[in-house]
Amino acid sequence: MELWYSLVELLPFEWAAPGTMYFMKNALLAVLVISPLFGILSTMVVTNRMSFFSDALGHSAFTGIAIGTLCGVADPMWAAILLAAAFALLFTYVQRRSNMASDTVIGVFSSTAVALGIFIATFDSGSFTKFNSLLIGDILSVEPAKIGLLAVILLVVILLWLCSFNGLMLSSVHPALADSRGVQVFWQEAIFSMAIAVVVTVSMTWVGLMVINSLLVLPAAAARNLARNMRQFHLISMVAAVAASVAGLMTSYQLGASAGASITLYLAVWFAITFLLRKTRL
Amino acid sequence: MSIQKHGTSGPGCAGSCCLKVMDLGVNFGQEEVLHDVSFHLHCGEIVALIGPNGAGKSSLFRTILGQIPHTGEIVFQRAGGDKTRPLIGYVPQSPSFDRGDPVSVFDFFSAAISNWPVFLPTPKKLRARVESCLARVHGEGLLDKRLGALSGGELQRVLLALALEPLPHILILDEPLSGVDIDGEKQLLDMLDEIRTRYDLSILLSTHDFATLDQYADKVILLKSQVLKVGPPHEVLSSPEFQTVFHLDLGKGGIF
Repeated sequence: MELWYSLVELLPFEWAAPGTMYFMKNALLAVLVISPLFGILSTMVVTNRMSFFSDALGHSAFTGIAIGTLCGVADPMWAAILLAAAFALLFTYVQRRSNMASDTVIGVFSSTAVALGIFIATFDSGSFTKFNSLLIGDILSVEPAKIGLLAVILLVVILLWLCSFNGLMLSSVHPALADSRGVQVFWQEAIFSMAIAVVVTVSMTWVGLMVINSLLVLPAAAARNLARNMRQFHLISMVAAVAASVAGLMTSYQLGASAGASITLYLAVWFAITFLLRKTRL
Repeated sequence: MSIQKHGTSGPGCAGSCCLKVMDLGVNFGQEEVLHDVSFHLHCGEIVALIGPNGAGKSSLFRTILGQIPHTGEIVFQRAGGDKTRPLIGYVPQSPSFDRGDPVSVFDFFSAAISNWPVFLPTPKKLRARVESCLARVHGEGLLDKRLGALSGGELQRVLLALALEPLPHILILDEPLSGVDIDGEKQLLDMLDEIRTRYDLSILLSTHDFATLDQYADKVILLKSQVLKVGPPHEVLSSPEFQTVFHLDLGKGGIF
């Protein structure tokens, strides 16, 4: 962290002055770790048509935190991660076993998770207000230890991507073909969903449940307008995620608005630009 | 999920690679999709599978690929009496791709044949390898096109090239001619003919295009839950079984 602080102090911002505003410096480092993570996962969320699914996962993460709080676990985040991962696995299973459209299955799961979360949160006349912070999120409250955790997750996701992206992409393009070439389609999808579940749950506290899905959808949705192959797709998606996150954090500092919302708005503007720029491709 | 049951091989087919299906049955839950399916596929043969939609053609293919559990026996025998499972190249029924997905032919191909993550910069060697694979189907120029931008015939060629890498013993094509125009159809069939002689492999394909059967297929299997008729194309096409199964189609369209 010391190294990071001394690096940031070189920046010409008022909050970068030595010895002050550590929360802002932490937040900057945190978004630099979180945003590539979302940039990467986003590509597959969009290719695999899972944007609604990732939204549902956010809801299950909230339920997990509610359950964790109820049970008095020291850090409800761990309960939430477990529940979200189980949710992801169960969802992948049900979707495979039924012939329902995936948006229907997601709708079923999502509403159940939210209902359960609210039920537990308000159980015994509990007050919902203590969960409000989850809805909006606060990147400024991030602690160095949590940044370390995020960095570990980023590493794991990059490893996962290196090992299994090819199989994942094949499964998404044509499951039967992928299977005939020895790809374990079910496990590819299950592991990917669980990765999203963990990332959403861990970063929810800082990004905010209401806008977290935009981070999983917008970077790649915009990149999709421009990219012609997977390399461009990943590059554009990640660069956009990082740039919008840094810009969003700065804006939120200047104007005092929520960081998550500012980042999302930047991404939305970027999406609009790419939409206009997109070539009528043949 | 793949269940493979390979029994011992009986007599016949000795000396050349072949696929022998005996009394095969497939059930999806309560529903019986295939029953009493038996046929042989010999080396260097093109066998066409015909039958109405829902006759179980795709299910039969996926069963041979080992993706669906079945009763009965599927026996493979390669040249020299080797009974291990042969490589099967599979060209799936023309999938519909999202036209906007940024997946290029190269991305798709290299993801299937190598472990190199496709989102990283491409090594020259891999690119050359994919290019040479596509050259087998005269598709070198398609390398940087997006999957969604391919025409029906181009897509079939890419899928065919993929099925040929690594070079299989048996090539299975699920309705390769659907969504392909007349020129593309002739090109594709000539290519299959060329492939089977050059690489000495057996080809099993399903089709609804009966006009070309006589010219390209060695054997035709009429399937509707079970094998109704097997034989040379003209024999099957003029059989009463064929008339019965396709009676309505002939009445309406009369194209066949």
